[in-house]
Amino acid sequence: MLSKRIIPCLDVRDGKTTKGIKFLNNIDIGDPVAMARRYYEEGADELVFYDITASSDRRNIMIDVVRRVAREIFIPFSVGGGIRTLEDMREVLLAGAEKVSVNTAAIQNPPIIAEGARIFGSQCIVLGMDVKKVNPTTKIPSGYEMVIHGGRTPMGIDALWWALEGERLGAGEICLNSIDADGTQEGYELTLTRMISEAVSIPVIASGGAGRPVHLAEVLTEGKADAALIASMIHYGTYTIKAIKEYLDQKHVPMRLTW
Amino acid sequence: MVVVIDYQAGNITSVVRSLRALGVDSTVTEGPEEVLRARRVIFPGVGAAGEAMATLKRRGLDIALQEVFSRNMPILGICLGAQIVLDYSEENDTPCLGLIPGRTRALPRGPGLKIPHMGWNRVDFRGSHPVFAGLPPTAEYYFVHSFFPEPREAAMVLGITEHGMAFPSALGSKNLVATQFHPEKSGRYGLKILENFLAWDGSYAE
Repeated sequence: MLSKRIIPCLDVRDGKTTKGIKFLNNIDIGDPVAMARRYYEEGADELVFYDITASSDRRNIMIDVVRRVAREIFIPFSVGGGIRTLEDMREVLLAGAEKVSVNTAAIQNPPIIAEGARIFGSQCIVLGMDVKKVNPTTKIPSGYEMVIHGGRTPMGIDALWWALEGERLGAGEICLNSIDADGTQEGYELTLTRMISEAVSIPVIASGGAGRPVHLAEVLTEGKADAALIASMIHYGTYTIKAIKEYLDQKHVPMRLTW
Repeated sequence: MVVVIDYQAGNITSVVRSLRALGVDSTVTEGPEEVLRARRVIFPGVGAAGEAMATLKRRGLDIALQEVFSRNMPILGICLGAQIVLDYSEENDTPCLGLIPGRTRALPRGPGLKIPHMGWNRVDFRGSHPVFAGLPPTAEYYFVHSFFPEPREAAMVLGITEHGMAFPSALGSKNLVATQFHPEKSGRYGLKILENFLAWDGSYAE
């Protein structure tokens, strides 16, 4: 039986792991390569790196991080943040990432999903979605809207429609982030996650809101997610991946426990 | 010399890096000559069977693989490389290499069943193949695929995995072993499989 995946997420700025709430007040919390190695040894099933570097040579800094991470860990990892072109994708994949996550560029230029899938394979292309709850309208019938710029810019696109469109274009997986839940540590957005996961046939990674192990249990059962992203709850040593996995195992969530 | 075949089917750098972590330098090649000079061949790949076979044929790699198979050289197929060693793939209705009799079929679809089969799953290993020795039964391996290999002879199935159905996830015949999962992305026990392969002399009594 396929195990549900536990995926630590590392936000990387200027080559350092950082963590902020709702994309604000970021503080450095460590070296991404050392953290990746530690999470790999502690039983992470996969890793996600999100590049939030603002400087002009951001690409080089991140590629260097990806290259060094790839030498240290032998599980899949994806890289997102600022992936805009097929060349960006190629660079990150050749540096050693298994997948690239495309978010803003996919909304602004949907063919990049199809072209990326055709050239690199669907399994490489993750559709990153930042979603905000709104009042349902004829334009946003699901009541969940696509947003960019950390939630500051609504796009007038229905999240459910966009997930299905992303799958149709060839995305191999969806990383679904609730802007409302992100950083709160009060639990994932279960309604949104379940709605999207039941609608598509590709795997869905739930993101935003993890604070306690029970939140992962909820999103991986009720929320129907295939994987759960975690950050703060392990970055500050509040929990270990092992403890989270053992808890989920007790709750009968299928987990990889031998590593 | 360990040769990793590059036929434009996905990213093979992770295979090369895993071998390096085990202290082995490998040669990545696109040409049949280097494959024929190898001591050991790794045949990875992700993507679609149709395009993969077309590329192999265009470069003469199909003939080279058949040749090294007949010479008893150890060969490891990974993912797509475990599928196109069979006679035929349902994917793009593709005639394949025919190193192992059988067909590659699509995983069944069903409610709540995610396709591609992506993530970590167990492999129930059968027999006592040296490449799959020393692995704890509870270990899991990283999969990402929508098709699976189905050898005609049950004796060539060396591992079974469950996703909507029980499907063959490890194969072996003579000097060829193949895994539907990615040992290069399956952590410590994936590396153990690669290490076993590097030490294997290519003989196996079915």
